[in-house]
Amino acid sequence: MEFFLEQLVAIAQYYPVVLKGLAVTLAVSLTSIVVGGALGFVLGIGRAGKNSVIRLAIGAYTDVFRGTPVLVQIFVVYFILPEAGIELEPFAAGAIALSNITACFVSEIVASAIAAVPRGQVEAAASAGLTRFQQMRFVILPQAIKMVIPSLVGQFVLVIKDSSVVSAIGLFDLTRSGWVIVQSVPNGFLVFSLVGVFYFFICYPLIHLSRRIERN
Amino acid sequence: MLLNLNFRVIGETLPDFWTGLLATLTISLTAFAGAMVLGVIACAMSLQQRAWIKGPAMAYVDVIRATPLLAQLYFLYFGLPSLEVRLPEVAVGIIALALNSGAYVSEIIRSGIIAIPRGQVEAGVSSGLSYWQQMRLIILPQAVHPMVSPLIGQAIVLVKDSSLLSLISVLELTRAGQALSNDRFMPVEGLATTAVFYLAIYLALKLGAGIWNQRYQRMQRH
Repeated sequence: MEFFLEQLVAIAQYYPVVLKGLAVTLAVSLTSIVVGGALGFVLGIGRAGKNSVIRLAIGAYTDVFRGTPVLVQIFVVYFILPEAGIELEPFAAGAIALSNITACFVSEIVASAIAAVPRGQVEAAASAGLTRFQQMRFVILPQAIKMVIPSLVGQFVLVIKDSSVVSAIGLFDLTRSGWVIVQSVPNGFLVFSLVGVFYFFICYPLIHLSRRIERN
Repeated sequence: MLLNLNFRVIGETLPDFWTGLLATLTISLTAFAGAMVLGVIACAMSLQQRAWIKGPAMAYVDVIRATPLLAQLYFLYFGLPSLEVRLPEVAVGIIALALNSGAYVSEIIRSGIIAIPRGQVEAGVSSGLSYWQQMRLIILPQAVHPMVSPLIGQAIVLVKDSSLLSLISVLELTRAGQALSNDRFMPVEGLATTAVFYLAIYLALKLGAGIWNQRYQRMQRH
């Protein structure tokens, strides 16, 4: 018990490291959610559109990223882009990889919501003389957005969790802070329970929120 | 950049990738079997009325779903040795993957079961069926079909997640790619080959889910 308390005290001394890691986790996740979310909407609208070339191209693009591990994608951005002359910091590399994969998942969510808007409504809008853009803007998107919100929130939880993988290229995030602490306080259960608590307090309310919205 | 891939080197290291692929498939299959067992148990517990049975199962599902797999993996990898439990890395990885996917499997099974209209369960009760008879004869036969495609979806997630095992130095597909990247300084060749193998697994599973969905929809129409 005394030993346990000693370890707890030892970990407590690392609180600036953990707070820094927490800030990095939040920063990289939020950047990816905003950029990836916006991009995903654009891709999703194209994916649900009439132009079959665009539709198939976006479908193939998203499949490539939905079918490969996040870790591999992060490695690609961090180790392959320099070969093409683009050197990136771990933060930028992580944010690019995570934004891209978020965009791919959001695109599928948005496209299937657009497809779920009843055809009659689109036809009614067309016969009321609305242009294709106006149909999107006033009829389809307002309804589609309502449908996608629960899945979007769920997707954001995934981004926050996936952001832990960026620690593999040396970004000092929450998971990395645990990894550093466990080198000097060798109690993995204790250290990573505490790391887990931070993630839990960010993700759990979001999971609940998504369920609540879905029910209403 | 992609046009001048060094295919000779890829060809030379292809045996390493086959080994990696085999490892990824074995790890994923074992972990998925474990996840199914855990998922069924957790789901059965969470459908009970009594709080002391239901509570732990729901806590398990919530904790797993609200924390990253990598943190769970490190929890076991750095935690087990402090209990003097020394397992090979690959075993730790499979346990972490099974625990992680088990929570999602539990939710998939649960939503399949609660989607069965209450009237059917009540009809089962009033015709004198026991709890297990209701489950076996009324609920499960209807609930299993819609579960299959989300379960394949979870299997896809599991295969991709197994790449994290490379971070605790398990030899699998991602590690095979890293080896080619680091030993021969060919990150493009290494990572591209790795990605192609993962894509092949993904497309095969996605195709399976598609075929299943078509068959299932046809069955429903009849």
